[in-house]
Amino acid sequence: MLDIINVRKTFNPGTINEKKALQGVNLHLEPGDFCTIIGGNGAGKSTTLNAVAGVWPVDEGAILIDGKNITGVPEHQRAAYLGRVFQDPMTGTAASMEIAENMALAARRGERRTLRWGITRKEKEAYQEKLKMLGLGLEDRMTTKVGLLSGGQRQALTLLMATLKHPKLLLLDEHTAALDPKTAAKVLEVTDTIIRENNLTALMVTHNMKDAIAHGNRLIMMHEGRIILNISGEAKKKLTVAELLEQFELVSGEEFASDKAILA
Amino acid sequence: MAAYFSKLTLVSLLNACPGGVASGLIWGIMALGVYLTFRVLDLADLTVDGSFATGGAVCIMMVLGGVNPQLALIVSFLAGVVAGIITGVLHTTLGIPAILAGILTQISLYSINLNIMGKANQAVNVNQVSFYFTSNAKVLGRTILLVAVVAAVVIAALYWYLGTEQGSAIRATGTNPNMSRAQGINTEGMKIIGLALSNGLVALSGGILSQYQGFADVNMGRGAIVIGLAAVIIGEVLGSLFGKRLNFALRLMFVVLGGVAYYIVYVFVLWLKFPADDMKLLTAIVVAAFLAVPYLKSKSASSFARAAKVSEAAIADYKKEDDHNA
Repeated sequence: MLDIINVRKTFNPGTINEKKALQGVNLHLEPGDFCTIIGGNGAGKSTTLNAVAGVWPVDEGAILIDGKNITGVPEHQRAAYLGRVFQDPMTGTAASMEIAENMALAARRGERRTLRWGITRKEKEAYQEKLKMLGLGLEDRMTTKVGLLSGGQRQALTLLMATLKHPKLLLLDEHTAALDPKTAAKVLEVTDTIIRENNLTALMVTHNMKDAIAHGNRLIMMHEGRIILNISGEAKKKLTVAELLEQFELVSGEEFASDKAILA
Repeated sequence: MAAYFSKLTLVSLLNACPGGVASGLIWGIMALGVYLTFRVLDLADLTVDGSFATGGAVCIMMVLGGVNPQLALIVSFLAGVVAGIITGVLHTTLGIPAILAGILTQISLYSINLNIMGKANQAVNVNQVSFYFTSNAKVLGRTILLVAVVAAVVIAALYWYLGTEQGSAIRATGTNPNMSRAQGINTEGMKIIGLALSNGLVALSGGILSQYQGFADVNMGRGAIVIGLAAVIIGEVLGSLFGKRLNFALRLMFVVLGGVAYYIVYVFVLWLKFPADDMKLLTAIVVAAFLAVPYLKSKSASSFARAAKVSEAAIADYKKEDDHNA
């Protein structure tokens, strides 16, 4: 479903701020794969997601979705294949627009914006049903401006929006990192449900090793712009945090640098 | 002093009012264009000072060339659209900050407007051409009605358009461009469309004003952005008196009414013999005040000065309790 082939990206090349963010990333996802990505700060986790999303063009390598080369396709056109949820709850929704309007925008992802009505009565009913599934009471607040929702509510809504139109790939960029533990757990639960019910292929960046182990069927670890661990199947199911840390030190020759990831 | 007041007759004020209403409605259409960029797209577009005069210049020159005045207004609108597209391309494709892009187009339009007219101003002999939007005192009522109809049509069109898929995409772009791109919206394209429509309306308004006054002047758009903002802000304040959650069409209507309110005040201040030369200064002060009020209001509700005062009381209470316990 997704192929990342030897992708490289350097920010601010030739300057004192030069940062080799991706140094030959290779990854293949089968349809239905739910792959978690962990790694320390600056390892290239979010950068990998941004490369797939097309936030900027990559320097080298190729990105294929469903066998189709999208390396040269700009961000707003790639959106046709991708559902995205961001770390900052403010990023994924339009604050000054209503919940229903936000959903209507998402339902038209990848389509030409025509002069037909932006939202129809029939759609509103369908959205209400979808919102009920979240169990947050948002179905009764369809005309509320999204800016009035809490961070957790906004993330849950963004998640729903990202999957309203079936994406070939769902990109979750530390989407629970800004939430309190209880809300984070709830949003992760919703994430699992949505991915399972829609049989989605997903990439989820997380700082939390336990979450990375508990969710999905695959796990990759990044370090200094490369994938240094790629665990799947039975091995992934049996994985523990201690083993993961041990493996990290073995492969990278360093100690894992993020307390947040270990302590969380 | 007595001599001053004796000159202020109520009759002269009432006589001036219809003209103020007509001007206000015309500028209200212009303010709808400003609303589209300033409030919907969240861009401060300074192109309007130039495109307003372009609308006037194109209209007057076409009428002088024998073209039907109504058709000339449509061409004015299209000229504004082109100006908006240029600002949009400067801003998006060429990456120039929106304010600068607008200023660049505005200053180039000054030359272009001079070229369109061949000199700094051009007048039509109003006795030879019959304008619908005339300031002729005998049919001023009809003119006011006609401009009001045009404003209503523009409001209806904007209401419809911003409710469509494309209009929603423009609103989303103004609110959150990152989210919009993630939802597959071409944010650069939406900004260009918004700037084009906005300047189209501004130029249409400039064209109507040139018919109203019977001439176009290369300086007729100077400070237009400030008047447009004044109308938008006064309109919002007026609207807020009628309820917090106004229907979008009503909010647009209040923008036009903001233009009318501005010109009624303008007429009143002139009636008080305020020097006409100082009107732009006065306008700027009014706009600055209206823009500052919401900010200062929120600050006074929660300021460090207030916190300091409250803290003194808290400390005093704390000490009292301490003494009590001791």
